[in-house]
Amino acid sequence: MGFWKRLKKKWLVYPLGLAIGLLGGLFGAGGGMIAVPMLRAMGVQGNKSHATSLAITLPLAVASGFLYFQAGHFHFADAWIYLPGGVAGALLGGYLLPRIKTVWLRRAFGVIILFSAGRLLWK
Amino acid sequence: MEMTWIWAIAASFAGAVLSSLGMGGGGIMLIYLTVVIGMDQLSAQGVNLVFFVPVALVAIALHAKNRLIQWKIVLPSVILGLIGVYFGAKLATFIGSEVLSKLFGVFLLIIGVRELAAKDMEKNAEKTK
Repeated sequence: MGFWKRLKKKWLVYPLGLAIGLLGGLFGAGGGMIAVPMLRAMGVQGNKSHATSLAITLPLAVASGFLYFQAGHFHFADAWIYLPGGVAGALLGGYLLPRIKTVWLRRAFGVIILFSAGRLLWK
Repeated sequence: MEMTWIWAIAASFAGAVLSSLGMGGGGIMLIYLTVVIGMDQLSAQGVNLVFFVPVALVAIALHAKNRLIQWKIVLPSVILGLIGVYFGAKLATFIGSEVLSKLFGVFLLIIGVRELAAKDMEKNAEKTK
């Protein structure tokens, strides 16, 4: 492993955490979207970068959710109806991750994201 | 009312699949909550955060079983991340829903372009696995 690679592997973890936290706190989402490419740059390969990003974003989401709740931004009552679909989706995702290549998912995702960006910016 | 339920389940299911794949499913949920049912940005973000917790718990359990999580990276990232969360959440409250919604749109625009453009890098990463 070269010097630069080792340096990236060792030190990127700090800006990584900070950036994921900032985005998670600011948008209540999006940590994973930047965590995966950054983890890759650190040498975490393929599907492992996707799985690892979740383990990082979960405790941050708990903290962020607590701050949002404290600030009175939302009611828990608005969240529970999404639980069944969420758990079912998570089971499918957990089954799929070791078995799929994420590349075609990323392209489909890119299209959805761009469409949504348009809706948000020009609504 | 029935249609609302179907859409809620479809959105949460799709969001959770993408979330558990570490692909930004939160984006899907936020889009559903803000664009489709018209929730304000800050409420939607709060709901999405709460929604994400059980989804991530289930997914992490499965990924851990498949040995896909590199735990050594997790702890230092989380510690720094908590600092980021604090300032991020304060900033979100300060900015307010209206502007935040536009900012989120810009963020999605950047991510969307990257997801479409980054396919070659992804292919290389898959090859070296």
